[in-house]
Amino acid sequence: MTAIRLTVNGTEHLLDVEGPVSLLNLLRERLGLTGAKNACRQGECGSCTVLLDGEPVCSCLVMAADADGSEIITVEGLAGPEGGLHPVQQALHDKGAVQCGYCTTGIVMSAVHLLERNPTPTAEEVKEALAGNLCRCTGYGAIVRALAAPETATDGEAP
Amino acid sequence: MSDKFEVVGTSERKVDGLALITGRPVFAGDLDLPHTLHLALLASPHAHARIRRIDAGGAARLPGVALVLTHENTPSLRFTTAGQGYPEPSPYDARMFDSKVRFVGDRVAVVAAESPRLAREALSLIAVDYEVLPAALSLDAALAPGAPVIHDEADAEGIWDAPHNLAAALDVAVGDTPAAFAECVAVVETTCETQYAQHAPLETHVCQSYLDDNGRLVLYTSTQVPFHLRRIVARILDLPIHRIRVVKPRIGGGFGVKQEVLLEDVCALVTMRTGRPARWEYTRSEEFVSARTRHPFRIRVKVGAREDGVLHAIEMDAIQNTGAYGTHSLTVLSNAGSKTLPLYNKAPHLRFTGRSVYTNLPVGGAYRGYGGTQASFPLETALDRLAERLGLDPVELRRRNHIGSGETSPIFAEMGEGREGVPMIIKSCAIPECLNAGMEAFGWAHKRARPRDTGPVRRGVGMSLHMQGSGIPLIDMGAATIKMNDDGSFHLLIGATDLGTGSDTILGQIAAEVLGVRLEQIVVYSSDTDFTPFDTGAYASSTTYVTGKAVERAAREVEEQIRRVAAVMLQTEAGAVQLGDGRVIAPDGRSVTLAEVCTRAYYGADQFQIGATASCVPEESPPPFMASFAEVAVDVETGQVRVLDYVAAVDCGTPINPRMAEGQVEGAVANGIGYALTEEYLFTPGGKVRNADLSRYKIPRTLDLPPIRVILVDSYEPTGPMGAKSIAEIGINGPAPSIANAIYHATGVRLARTPFTPERVWRALREAGIG
Repeated sequence: MTAIRLTVNGTEHLLDVEGPVSLLNLLRERLGLTGAKNACRQGECGSCTVLLDGEPVCSCLVMAADADGSEIITVEGLAGPEGGLHPVQQALHDKGAVQCGYCTTGIVMSAVHLLERNPTPTAEEVKEALAGNLCRCTGYGAIVRALAAPETATDGEAP
Repeated sequence: MSDKFEVVGTSERKVDGLALITGRPVFAGDLDLPHTLHLALLASPHAHARIRRIDAGGAARLPGVALVLTHENTPSLRFTTAGQGYPEPSPYDARMFDSKVRFVGDRVAVVAAESPRLAREALSLIAVDYEVLPAALSLDAALAPGAPVIHDEADAEGIWDAPHNLAAALDVAVGDTPAAFAECVAVVETTCETQYAQHAPLETHVCQSYLDDNGRLVLYTSTQVPFHLRRIVARILDLPIHRIRVVKPRIGGGFGVKQEVLLEDVCALVTMRTGRPARWEYTRSEEFVSARTRHPFRIRVKVGAREDGVLHAIEMDAIQNTGAYGTHSLTVLSNAGSKTLPLYNKAPHLRFTGRSVYTNLPVGGAYRGYGGTQASFPLETALDRLAERLGLDPVELRRRNHIGSGETSPIFAEMGEGREGVPMIIKSCAIPECLNAGMEAFGWAHKRARPRDTGPVRRGVGMSLHMQGSGIPLIDMGAATIKMNDDGSFHLLIGATDLGTGSDTILGQIAAEVLGVRLEQIVVYSSDTDFTPFDTGAYASSTTYVTGKAVERAAREVEEQIRRVAAVMLQTEAGAVQLGDGRVIAPDGRSVTLAEVCTRAYYGADQFQIGATASCVPEESPPPFMASFAEVAVDVETGQVRVLDYVAAVDCGTPINPRMAEGQVEGAVANGIGYALTEEYLFTPGGKVRNADLSRYKIPRTLDLPPIRVILVDSYEPTGPMGAKSIAEIGINGPAPSIANAIYHATGVRLARTPFTPERVWRALREAGIG
């Protein structure tokens, strides 16, 4: 049994962790935060992406005990300027970039991290930032078009 | 065409989009019930074996284990896991648990325990004594004389020829192909093979079951077919249908793999035996191995044309590997012909022969494209060869031969889904527009005329033409219930199953259009067998066309009721008033709001619930059409193929929601590019899948895909809702043949086996002395 301290979406939690529990399972099963999804348990698909001390990680690959003392942001912790959708969420919703939605929250977290560092990414930069997020429904085009700065969103145009 | 509509034809946001994008607990696996038992699967390590003895005692005695299920303590009747209309056209060759296992990954036992870890731990305490049998691990091995008989059980039903491992067989002949080929100036014959591939939805199969307050069984599950599921589970467990409620929440992708009953029978039995909630979720590895796959095929195609470039005869001989069970075997086999051959109706002589073969390999099933994908590859590459032989541009060959409006194909009547088909005259066909718009956007003429590259990286372009269907005529059924609320809003209740495709949204748009309100005034509730009317489910590109028509009919009936009430209020004739902008307007301009109409119906004179239920059983299945164009760069030193550009020009009739329709095509093309280039099961010599995870089974990532440009051409299907046809499947059929034809254009080398991995391409180039 290990006692760990985590700040999740601004709230501090003291938690006892027994055995090899992943951060993903901790979030979903102990804290009831279902936004991060389990799809492969091996860090291949990015559906479980959260921000750990500001960096996107696959929460299925992080042991909860190793996250002791860190700050976690999940999709539930995002909000826009007036408490509504985060601009990344709004853009994906407006541009038809969500189909089944299972990968979406992970993509949102990767995109939030990108746009914090680069507010006007090119289509190529969006693709690189999302290279660790698998989506089986959209073919990514609508996602890239929603997130890339308009003048660089060449995806969908002739090469 | 869509300019005459207000809500239809606009790219409305998804009605479930906010819940999805904020991570609300909307998926089956997000449900968190107290006292849940967690299930784990003991899968067969052998491709073919009889269970001599199974001792579950050690596992059952482990503290925290509630139940161990094996063939010794579960129902023994045979069924098909295929969620199809009743009676299912798939053989009843499966049991909940069997004393014989038929592939590596087959069900042997399931443990229900207090935690997932305990359940997995208990699996190792189940002792199984297997009599290992010779296995048939390829089509040829299963068809060889003296091959092991995979279904030797006496109680299977509906198998075509079990002693010869044939799940199904077909032979359809129109005209006289042998004589016709003798009359041709050019004949091309090719044999192609396609691989095991998987849908790989991001959400694996997951089911949670529990008893409600009245002791009824609730299955909260990721399914495409809630009503078929309810029927099949009721039969397996010998429960009355009304004791079962199936709820489909949001689903994390299906693509056909969730048109199966894979978890729910076992979850249901655990809950019935223990009274406790049960949860079963496939691991990613189990999803690859024990769920369903795209049936591999070996298909020989022979095409012949007269001197005018018009096709005279087409033969297709398809051998399908259905794996250990025959789910969707006959119907995928027949769709290989019925979703390709009608495209070229100028050929008067047609022959389709097919066999579905059992092997000791993973199980085939429904997968977007459903046979059309597998058969498009040989047919469209054969036509590319034929065009070259005739000295015609590949587009020109299609122009001389494609089906058109007002025309038919004998295949429509000959080949149905497990029985004869339904004759149909094509009423909407914008293939010429698809070819023109696709060529122009792609720059076909210019790119096709470029001299062949001679360096290490060689570019080339290829194209192909496709059709699919819109539901299964005279078999599928959709129904819709609409009821009105006293604020002028409506509830739309539909059994149809939104897999992430957006069908809840587009069905809401159809209702809003008829009722003259904004989409926000329609509350869409779907896929709950307790509360929504019957629907066969989301498969065969049925929802837009079939359920959409049911929604339109229900809305028209509601519209009539509103007119009658409003006419009394406005003291005019029901036929004289019009609905629009949330009001009912008399010819003289006076109006009442819909809220006032419903409030009167609730509380005023002649009170009644404004509402209606309507159904649609389609009499035909109008095909969407697609012209597909691909540009590739082939590195002849490494065999690497990169797709540089892709254009899909599609006729889907009226796009109810253009952005969602484009998204369906874009996503299907991306999936098809993975199928064409990288996605493939690899097996050990013993028949075990070697790459059952997302690191070694390569589905496309952002950086792997070209721009996929989708063009929706102007078209209107008079039998469809607001002129619509369905669109979800067709896009996946294009990449394999278009890319194969482009590789040929780039290098002069023909590839006859998918996927076109660097190794396979490199070998083909070396054999041709290139690179």
